[in-house]
Amino acid sequence: MIQAIAFYLLATVSVVSALLVVTAKNPVHSVLWLITTFFSAAGLFVMLGAEFLAMLLVVVYVGAVAVLFLFVVMMLDVDFVQLREGYAKYFPLAAIVGLILLAEMIVVAVAAAQGGAARGAELIPATDVSNVEAIGRVLYTEYVYIFQAAGLVLLVAMIGAIVLTLRYKPNIKRQDIGRQVNRRQSDAYANVQAESGKGVTLEDLK
Amino acid sequence: MFDINLALQIAAPEALLAIGSMILLMLGAYGGEKLGRVVSLLAVALLIGAAGVAANAPLGMVFNGAFVSDPMSVYAKVAIYLASALAVVLGDGWTRRNGIARFEYPVLIVLAAVGMGMMASAGDLMSLYVGVELQSLALYVLAAFHRDDGRASEAGLKYFVLGALSSGLLLYGSSLIYGFTGSMRFDEIAAVAAGGAETGLIFGLVFLICGLAFKVSAAPFHMWTPDVYEGAPTPVVAFFATAPKFAAMVLFARALSEGFGGAHDQWAQVLVIISLISFAVGAFGGLAQRDIPRLLAYSSIANIGYALLAITAGTQAGLQALLLFMTFYMVDTLGFFALLMALSRGGRPIRRIADLAGLRKDKPVTTIAITVLSLSVLGMPPFAGFWGKFYVFGAALQAGYWIVAALGLVASVVAAFYYLRIIKVMWFDAPPEGEGAVDPSPRDAQWIGWAAAAFSFPLVLIALTWLEPLARNAATSFGAG
Repeated sequence: MIQAIAFYLLATVSVVSALLVVTAKNPVHSVLWLITTFFSAAGLFVMLGAEFLAMLLVVVYVGAVAVLFLFVVMMLDVDFVQLREGYAKYFPLAAIVGLILLAEMIVVAVAAAQGGAARGAELIPATDVSNVEAIGRVLYTEYVYIFQAAGLVLLVAMIGAIVLTLRYKPNIKRQDIGRQVNRRQSDAYANVQAESGKGVTLEDLK
Repeated sequence: MFDINLALQIAAPEALLAIGSMILLMLGAYGGEKLGRVVSLLAVALLIGAAGVAANAPLGMVFNGAFVSDPMSVYAKVAIYLASALAVVLGDGWTRRNGIARFEYPVLIVLAAVGMGMMASAGDLMSLYVGVELQSLALYVLAAFHRDDGRASEAGLKYFVLGALSSGLLLYGSSLIYGFTGSMRFDEIAAVAAGGAETGLIFGLVFLICGLAFKVSAAPFHMWTPDVYEGAPTPVVAFFATAPKFAAMVLFARALSEGFGGAHDQWAQVLVIISLISFAVGAFGGLAQRDIPRLLAYSSIANIGYALLAITAGTQAGLQALLLFMTFYMVDTLGFFALLMALSRGGRPIRRIADLAGLRKDKPVTTIAITVLSLSVLGMPPFAGFWGKFYVFGAALQAGYWIVAALGLVASVVAAFYYLRIIKVMWFDAPPEGEGAVDPSPRDAQWIGWAAAAFSFPLVLIALTWLEPLARNAATSFGAG
């Protein structure tokens, strides 16, 4: 009973907040709703017995990705009014496409409910190993190929970010710590015998 | 569990390229731009070496079915790696001449080649997706490589946004397929889909097809192609008009024939529609183009239609036709872009058809080469392109798709008009007034273009006797790794 209540609560919250992500007027609000969606999805993961994935979702998506989004959205100079300009114009077309997709999804959902999704697969037997252990056992063995390839994808993303953004500017003034540390007193200033009352000109300092 | 040594032997080409790319990256990062040329040379050697390793590596299925090595993937990989090596050569010269040379260019091409090898060998939905992502991510960066050029940045951004959308479709389709079959592996999916797929599975399959159609730029998922071809640096376009298309078509064939062989009737009708729209868009869209890269973009859309027709046949003859067609298409396109890069007038690259006027006087050999390649792409016998289409139409007729084949022929005739226009402008139009002669061509691009033309005719007649049995062997032992 309490499980059912928790499930429906979390499911409703995640669907509603997902809707609000796309309908919120202010992108900052969208990101905040996105965080709510992630949290309720994490709750659903916990109910499935996947605590580790729930933690990952919160740490990675809420902690890193969503906060990064928030930074980007706040730093970009987006004109929210201008962003909304085409809304009324494109709404009818978008509504038609959305309705068609919705109808198709319902057909699939009904098919899934009747035929039963994944009926061809046997259920994974419940074992006493923890989430982390279960993932750890297959990640570097059965899925090592995919895991390494995903690493390569990240490498490409990193190279790409550097290629597209890093610029070497030859005339820029950079801090050279070695030179700073090696600077001696004699390089920095010299004693000039200045006569009293005459002042010092630039020529004397050369 | 599996034998990791055997697995590494079978996946040796990818492992070699992955490790090699990291070494090249370190070499470039620590050696600076002084070593740029060395990195390019080593990348070419690495890609050619990987092609050799791919041809000799043992066949089989490893990593729990995620990686399949069969004659088809070997054929595709050799072709892909060699095309990538040519793209490095073309790009090295071009970026140097345009002052944007950076050592990351060959490294990214090598990493894209790893992704394409994964695509050609994908045995389950996960390696399909990761391979596609690895390849596309490298291509997004390459498209925007000329980052101070507004059009290149626009091309990169467009390609990225639409590519991300297609990846979303691909993932959604994959998750539905997984949900309805309970497996990621194509052979296990095939067991569930053996007696025709049910509604949910078809829904997932259609999403998968749409996602892949985006990647091969088949109409109606082609919107990005002309803009990207126009804006991205020319050697990069030469690269992604060829090797990634080949990889994606092999992936297409494998996912559909191997994973959904039993549901052929259901996916064949989707592919027929996609290829018919591609014929129409490619043939009629190309007519209005004045810009050569845009024209080639529409040409590639039409050609992808023919390649999809070969898959639609769903027979061994179809797969053989796919391999031969894509090989010849790749050679023609690479040659075309190489010659386009070799031509400039007064320091400005020639990009419009009208700029080709009077080329006959300045560059007779290049003019002959472009003529040969044009005739080949439009499918005039006995040039290479004709043989590709010959096998495709043969396979389609055998499988009973004669209406589609007939419409394909009509599209071919319409498309012939714009290739003939290029030939007419080059041979018969007077050179533009008040402009100097065509500049001397850079040797690398010019020789690659000439070689491609020589392959299109007459070398193709010799190559065919050797490629035809190879492709047939690849098609008959498809998936039997």
